[in-house]
Amino acid sequence: MSNLLEARELNAFYGSIQVLFGLGLEVEDGGITTLLGANGAGKTTTLRSLSGMCHTNGEIRFDGKSIGGRATEDIVRLGIAHVPQGRGTFSRQTVEENLQIGAMTRWGRAEIAADIERVYGYFPRLKERRTQQAGTLSGGEQQMLAVGRAMMLRPRLMLLDEPSFGLAPLVVEELFGILRTLNKNEKVSMLLVEQNAALALDLADHAYLIETGRLVMDGPAQKLRDDENIRKAYLGY
Amino acid sequence: MELFLHQVLAGLATGGIYACMALAVVMIYQAIDHLNFAQGEMAMFSTFIAWQLIQWGFPYWLAFGATIVISFAAGVLIERVVLRPIHDAPVLSHVVAFIALLSIFNSGAGFLWDWTIKNFASPFGAGPFLGQNLINKHDAGMIAVTILLLVFLYLFFRHTRIGLAMRAAAANPESARLAGIRVGWMTALGWGMAAAIGSVAGMLIAPVVFLEPNMMLSILLYGFAGAVVGGLTSPGGAVLGGFAVGVIENLAGTYIPVVGREMKLSIALCIIVAVLCVKPSGLFGRPVVTRV
Repeated sequence: MSNLLEARELNAFYGSIQVLFGLGLEVEDGGITTLLGANGAGKTTTLRSLSGMCHTNGEIRFDGKSIGGRATEDIVRLGIAHVPQGRGTFSRQTVEENLQIGAMTRWGRAEIAADIERVYGYFPRLKERRTQQAGTLSGGEQQMLAVGRAMMLRPRLMLLDEPSFGLAPLVVEELFGILRTLNKNEKVSMLLVEQNAALALDLADHAYLIETGRLVMDGPAQKLRDDENIRKAYLGY
Repeated sequence: MELFLHQVLAGLATGGIYACMALAVVMIYQAIDHLNFAQGEMAMFSTFIAWQLIQWGFPYWLAFGATIVISFAAGVLIERVVLRPIHDAPVLSHVVAFIALLSIFNSGAGFLWDWTIKNFASPFGAGPFLGQNLINKHDAGMIAVTILLLVFLYLFFRHTRIGLAMRAAAANPESARLAGIRVGWMTALGWGMAAAIGSVAGMLIAPVVFLEPNMMLSILLYGFAGAVVGGLTSPGGAVLGGFAVGVIENLAGTYIPVVGREMKLSIALCIIVAVLCVKPSGLFGRPVVTRV
């Protein structure tokens, strides 16, 4: 299979401080790739660089087109949905308005309405709360809303920034189940950033490990799961 | 009793104008987190444009509509040309830009149309409304136009996609960008709409205060008072605040002997100070919490 996303020699900066050093990574079309690493290793920065929210240099290609240095709005319009850390909920707007915001780049009232129903199909609890202010939802519901909002873009690639953060284990299990289904049914490729390595390696088929802004290892998820160092450092057994 | 009712209605009429100014201020505040001090002068300049069009022989309502369109375009242009390049700059740069805009429009109007006071005709006429002595025709017309405008804006923000996009961009710019919304253009649109709303306020109040380059100074102050009362983060609150300030100002001017006509403006400042002391986020605003 071909690569949907490729980054080569990617450097990222906050002001004059460099945080990513020559990253090279690939996301296979239709696959789920995960980026693992400790706190502050540069996982979030990597995702932010890919969607044009950081100052970067190096090469980023999406579907063969170079997107490095482009504005976030334009990158999103190519079909990259970024589910940010902290979920990016529009807390004063209703659940349904949040989903409509997600479809803001698209036209066709009927199609959008159908897609909202489809999202409700995956997340029935959002349908129950459709007229509720999104800020009043539980953390798990807000995370589902964030994924739902991303789906409204009809993305080809979803960038997920720690979707398990702060959620109860049962909720995480449900959410990751739905992510797997979305990947299969909707043909959405995913790049998943996680601190919970066991969870991520379970879902993903390819994995990268990042330490202080540099990639230190990559391979099939299975291989990383069996690696003794990874197991000790990140899986904790 | 009749005096009281009369004063309340007159207060609501001018309050509607304050409400418009408050709304214009809040719209820009929501989008860029700064108070636009030049809002009043922009409205004044728009009113001069309307006056000029009428002088050239345009019928009133055509001039009214044309002025709204011109003001909207000018508002968008100002955001793109003046504010866009400094959108990352610190507060002080914004303040300086606003003061510059203020004095440019003020002196520009004086230069183009000179500083003499001009009459601005009311499209509603003078005389008592419906033969009653409670409210005159122009005041009634002001209230009607203000309410129409507010209903239009409400429907726009609640029920259109672009209205939702603007709300999203103001509420959470980063998230809005991730949804593909062009936040910069939404801000420019907000400026255009604020300028257009201000132009309506200017054209409605001009027959009352007379047209001259400094006419909006006190109006904007009342508008700020209205916005602070309602809360700078709440458009609906700002509108209510504007109406409240109009009524309070009128009643105080009538019933508190020391206030009279001369001291009316200080009422606005007293209200601002009082609200900031008691409830800094305003009656309907959200308290702002910042992590440090």
